[in-house]
Amino acid sequence: MIPEMSSHPRLAAGCRLNEKNKPPRMLLMPERALRLNGPSLEIVERCDGAHTVGQIISELQQLYSKAEPGKVEQDILGYLDLLNTQRALDFE
Amino acid sequence: MSEPVPSPLALIAELTHRCPLHCVYCSNPVSLAARDRELSTETWRRVLGEAAELGVLQADFTGGEPLARPDLAEIIRAARGAGLYVNLITSGMPLDEKRLGDLVEAGLDHIQISFQGAREESSIEFAGTPAQARKLRAIEWIKQRRLALTLNFVIHRKNVDQLEEMLALTEQIGPGRVEFAHVQYYGWAFANKKELLPTRAQVERSLEILKGAEERLRGKIKVEYVVPDYYAKYPKPCMGGWGRKLMLITPAGDVLPCHAAGILPGVAFENVGTQPLRKIWEESAAFQKFRGEGWMGEPCRSCDRRERDFGGCRCQAFLLANDAAVTDPVCSLSPQRGIVDEILKDVNGAPAAESPSTKADWIYRSNPA
Repeated sequence: MIPEMSSHPRLAAGCRLNEKNKPPRMLLMPERALRLNGPSLEIVERCDGAHTVGQIISELQQLYSKAEPGKVEQDILGYLDLLNTQRALDFE
Repeated sequence: MSEPVPSPLALIAELTHRCPLHCVYCSNPVSLAARDRELSTETWRRVLGEAAELGVLQADFTGGEPLARPDLAEIIRAARGAGLYVNLITSGMPLDEKRLGDLVEAGLDHIQISFQGAREESSIEFAGTPAQARKLRAIEWIKQRRLALTLNFVIHRKNVDQLEEMLALTEQIGPGRVEFAHVQYYGWAFANKKELLPTRAQVERSLEILKGAEERLRGKIKVEYVVPDYYAKYPKPCMGGWGRKLMLITPAGDVLPCHAAGILPGVAFENVGTQPLRKIWEESAAFQKFRGEGWMGEPCRSCDRRERDFGGCRCQAFLLANDAAVTDPVCSLSPQRGIVDEILKDVNGAPAAESPSTKADWIYRSNPA
């Protein structure tokens, strides 16, 4: 699935970040947990129902300005698809 | 043997062995803990804090029926307060709308409702009581809230032919996840395995249907299932390896590496009433016994798969081969695989029984004192 640029990804019911003061940061979901590194944490923190997919991409392109923008976009779309397959996201 | 002890990821908390159902494949031990031996709210609160300190991320509250504990909301609040993710594994039977609201308010993240099949008559036959209608009603309340829902269908010889009906019910309900769990043969299920073991043809057909459903529902409902291990080529990495990822606390406070380990002779389990959880996890003789590779004999010791499946299940080795320290007999490399093949020969020789069965000679799970 390729997420629509204008849709708003939001963490699905029962999916949430662990507490900031308990590193490493994890995405907690039913019966599993996903460890988040730098970019994946930046993405998940923006899956708040307010950012569109397009906004997440452009913010991360700025954040990782040394990386090739097309590659950043592909990586983000791939990661959002992975989270969707895990049923960790709703697209609103 | 100076490898660091890994942190456990999840704590399975059997809050009680009391249950309104009498499932013929219940994972509880055949000897159940009496109500007056159950841990207090205060002890659970302390233990959940100790678990979080130890690195545990998730608490799985189960039973018996965890809703049989009137202090469940308080226990959930303690778990969430300690920073844990809270799963509740329930029949859904004793749930009402008000109670659900209390649990959510206390911090419940995810609820799993178990099913005996797609029809009321399945719950009557396999759980000894009608439960389906009440489960469906509970699900209606759950769906009105922002709460993760998993359906869990336990499948076996006498209901696997209803698999497509179970999938249709799943799609109609629309949970985030569904698990199709072939029965595992421990406890009550081991006692009933003659009636429960599917035929090879049933297993193959079920895997074909489930693979198709997984693909079709991708991105909508996460479909999870495993090959029943008597039919597998290699054993399951039971609990992710002994004392590596999970621990289980019984209603009376004994700390075990899995649901079934209480049956192993000569293994003494420590109790949370007398020792801190960290000490039990890191140092107790029971958790050390099969941790790592030191205990392994051949063919595991020199096998490339030993870091993947950890030699399979110790309890299954004991149940089938009467020795907890041998390779899991379901492994095709085990010299004792013949024991499993013999069981399967009996199952596959007999005609597949009608579903639901009319002649099964079930041993129903009882209730503790």
